[in-house]
Amino acid sequence: MNVPPPDDVTAGWWDATREHRYTLQTCGSCGHVQHPPRALCTACSSTVDLGFVGASGGGVVDAFTVVHRAPAPGVAVPYTIARIRLAEGPIVLSTLDGEDWRIGAPVRVGWLDLDDGRALPVFHR
Amino acid sequence: MTGVAIVGAAECDLGSTGKSTLTLQTQAVTRALADAGLTLADVDGLATTGVSRFSTTQLAEYLGLEPRWVDSTFVGGSAAEMMVARATQAIEAGQVSTVVISFASNQRSARSRSLGGVVEEHTPEAQFETPYGPLYPLSYYAMAAQQYFHRYGGTREKLAEIAVAAREWALLNPAAFRYGAGPLTVDDVLAAPMVSSPLTVADCCLVTDGGGAVVLTALDRARDLRHPPVRVLGYGERSTNTSMTAVEDLTVTGARESGREAFARAGITPADVDVLEVYDSFTITAALSIEALGFCGPGEVLDLVQDGRIRPGGGLALNTSGGGLSYCHPGQFGVLLLVEAVRQLRGEAGARQVPDARVAVAHGTGGILSTHATVVLGVRR
Repeated sequence: MNVPPPDDVTAGWWDATREHRYTLQTCGSCGHVQHPPRALCTACSSTVDLGFVGASGGGVVDAFTVVHRAPAPGVAVPYTIARIRLAEGPIVLSTLDGEDWRIGAPVRVGWLDLDDGRALPVFHR
Repeated sequence: MTGVAIVGAAECDLGSTGKSTLTLQTQAVTRALADAGLTLADVDGLATTGVSRFSTTQLAEYLGLEPRWVDSTFVGGSAAEMMVARATQAIEAGQVSTVVISFASNQRSARSRSLGGVVEEHTPEAQFETPYGPLYPLSYYAMAAQQYFHRYGGTREKLAEIAVAAREWALLNPAAFRYGAGPLTVDDVLAAPMVSSPLTVADCCLVTDGGGAVVLTALDRARDLRHPPVRVLGYGERSTNTSMTAVEDLTVTGARESGREAFARAGITPADVDVLEVYDSFTITAALSIEALGFCGPGEVLDLVQDGRIRPGGGLALNTSGGGLSYCHPGQFGVLLLVEAVRQLRGEAGARQVPDARVAVAHGTGGILSTHATVVLGVRR
């Protein structure tokens, strides 16, 4: 799987995935939690004091769709894509196992190890 | 209300043309100018996208122009509506006199569209969304539909009516890709191959070549030209997101504020609108736009569109060309919403003409419900 390399702002987030730790960028000034990581806090505009704090790894399905046509040659279908609303507030994208899902279903983070030592979070029942 | 009018409008060749994008652009621009009774020598402003990285200089040089004003606002399917706003302001400010807004593509002939879309590696989405394999933009619209059904109890059957009605209009439009294809039924839509649930192939717009152009100038000049001027009465826009995870509520789009501002500027309400042209990249796109624009309350649009109300002769004349679903879809459909609105307001729409149309709304949507722009047009009769 091709996941582009981290950049200066996202490196800390990806580093934590090497230990299967799910983190979220958190503003030390105002407490705002955001994803994906950025060079500023979108709530208070602070560009300092941004750090990665361990997250619960829990959430609920916000919306989902079963993909029946491959986005690129060689990708096996069908598979399920979902927006996951994390317990801490941010919404993230994930795949889900199987097709039998409903909005509001609780999910937990799991990990798909990548060849370069990082891991991709994938949510499951 | 503004002091600017659309004085020319035209399509280029549509369908499967075998022509280059610049050939199609040239057709669109020269046909729209001919429609206005103008020539390239009258043009001092140019707005376009999708030609190349530097789209305005590419097209300007190709046409032999050195424009006084250009705009290449690159926001997908709402670009043409935003360009109408930009051009109107520039004309009113006296910076430019006559602007052509154009778009064309040969995506069907060139087989240039991919279900995965185009993702740039340096964007956050490339790291945090693309690895999961969403269809872009389709899976986002599919999730919006799923969320809308969940919240309001809507069904695929009810949503399918958007595609069924679009086909009915296309059967009246000789330029439509599906003209002569016969009617579409709700069962046809439901039985079509699923692409990204709950949306089937028949919930998705066509992939065709095509495009169009409109010509704008000041109202006092417009009165001397070939056709009665189609006045720009109002405009508004919103840009809400680039990723699939930024927007909290997928059922309410930026069309709400875009429309509210455009209608306020024009001094109208949805009840005053005779013709509504909204971007139907997918059935759900049109549904969410109609609702957000205020033609019904939250959760009501799938009931609003039933019982033939958006078919020819119904109470709400929607996407009278047949739309992206059944007429033509070269990508960035916004300019063709304007072309059809102009034809309806001039009374030139033939078998699909809406009687006595005086106010039309064109509403474009770009990206993944990312950009929203509304233009209100009107004629005196």
